[in-house]
Amino acid sequence: MRKFKEFLIEKLIFICGLASIFFVILIFLFLTKEGLAVFKYVNPVDFLMGKSWYPISEPAQLGILPLIFGSLIVTLGAAIISIPIGIACAVYIAEVAPSKIKEVLKSGIELLAAIPSVVLGFIGMVTLVPWVKTVFHLPTGLTALSGSIILAFMAMPTIVSIAEDALYSVPKSYKEGAFALGATHWQTIYRVLLPAASSGIVAAVMLGIGRVIGETMAVMMITGNAAVIPQSILVPVRTLTATIAAEMGEAVVGSEHYFALFAIGIVLFIMSFIINVTADLFLHKRH
Amino acid sequence: MADIKVNNLNLWYGNFQALINVKAHFNQKQITAMIGPSGCGKSTLLRVFNRMNDLIEGVRIQGEVIIDAENIISDKTDLVQLRKKVGMVFQRPNPFPLSIYENIAFGQKVHAEGLGRIKLDEIVEDSLRSVLLWDELKDKLKKSALTLSLEQKQRLCVARLIAVKPDILLMDEPCSTLDPQATSRIEELMRELKNNYTIIIVTHNMQQAARVSDETGFMLLGELVEFGKTQDIFTSPKDKRTEDYITGRYG
Repeated sequence: MRKFKEFLIEKLIFICGLASIFFVILIFLFLTKEGLAVFKYVNPVDFLMGKSWYPISEPAQLGILPLIFGSLIVTLGAAIISIPIGIACAVYIAEVAPSKIKEVLKSGIELLAAIPSVVLGFIGMVTLVPWVKTVFHLPTGLTALSGSIILAFMAMPTIVSIAEDALYSVPKSYKEGAFALGATHWQTIYRVLLPAASSGIVAAVMLGIGRVIGETMAVMMITGNAAVIPQSILVPVRTLTATIAAEMGEAVVGSEHYFALFAIGIVLFIMSFIINVTADLFLHKRH
Repeated sequence: MADIKVNNLNLWYGNFQALINVKAHFNQKQITAMIGPSGCGKSTLLRVFNRMNDLIEGVRIQGEVIIDAENIISDKTDLVQLRKKVGMVFQRPNPFPLSIYENIAFGQKVHAEGLGRIKLDEIVEDSLRSVLLWDELKDKLKKSALTLSLEQKQRLCVARLIAVKPDILLMDEPCSTLDPQATSRIEELMRELKNNYTIIIVTHNMQQAARVSDETGFMLLGELVEFGKTQDIFTSPKDKRTEDYITGRYG
């Protein structure tokens, strides 16, 4: 009886373990099947390099280059803002802050991660967007820059907590060694601790960016959603994710528009897959 | 003069008194060994000399430790200058996860930023030569220091110190992770280095103390029980406790 129970539980866990892989494969198959169908209407080069996205005009123009650029510029902006601040924050928490402030900061960061993206989106809409508009004298504040700033807030918790972890796990003996050679605290941080934690920090940055690239709600609300190739960071852009979210509801099932949205899904999938794998490689290099 | 004079030194970790009224004189250009059972305070004493104990929270120090006519226990002591003068080799070799070259250049970069490349190359070579690593490593200076063997790592750590030109070398059980051959080679290195440096070594290994040191101090429960010529300590100890320890009755 006992053996049977053991057997049953083992198999049950085995099935649960396989379930996640099974679902990933199903999703992937479905995504490719629906997405690749678009190439009956448009060839892959025109799809990826086409400069105009007019999915419901006659004939439909399905070029996603503006969307790719939209995603890239928003992500790049968010990275430029969040990486230095995030790493500096991690250094402060791991090395400088007294233990009380450290606890407060850590829970603050966790709280930041807990804010739903739609909330960040509408806070951005009513505060950040008008601010960007007046500061830069723009016709509209719904720009890539606004999106970048909000997304930077979303990437920050990931970057800070993983980078802090990486810094914290640097062996104490390195720090002692540097101090014993007469290095100051700051010299120890940037000459020894940061290089020693570098692979973990790169992983932190990658995971932060991965979060940004896949983010939909907030960007849809504050980037203006104009599907044109952006000439600067101060114009409205439309990202890959926002396009799918905004248009999937009105696309006719089985139409070329519908298939094109799935194909965008594949592009996104590949992008975040590459980012996650890179992050993983760096994380494992550490051990 | 790189002597160390210790007067009425007391040290507490919180409420626990780890050093009790320690009084000693460490002479320059010789090797002084500190022996005693685990927890007797010998490492703590060593870490007073370069103020490494400052990294531990709740440490209180009282008394006098005079190096170059300056009481280094004082709050006004410039720790960067002190640690430049008083270098330390740790129990576990701890080279930085940088290249071999960068490890040795570290001290120079920290103390004299903006030093020319040629000068730096020279210092790296000299330091590696003085620990007899140059011939082994001259072709792989760009390699990570973490790829070296334990003994090489420990030598590298000594070389890294020498590059800063200290007067005093503190060694906290520098051979405890090494095999007997490597240990004897490091001891050989110490004998060579004592011509130029004041060396204080903490060791668990009484034979090692007898082999390398000129003077020896025996510590027990935070007290410096006996301090004198190594030969005297090992052949005719004055204190009963010292005798019991070196004859292996406890510890």
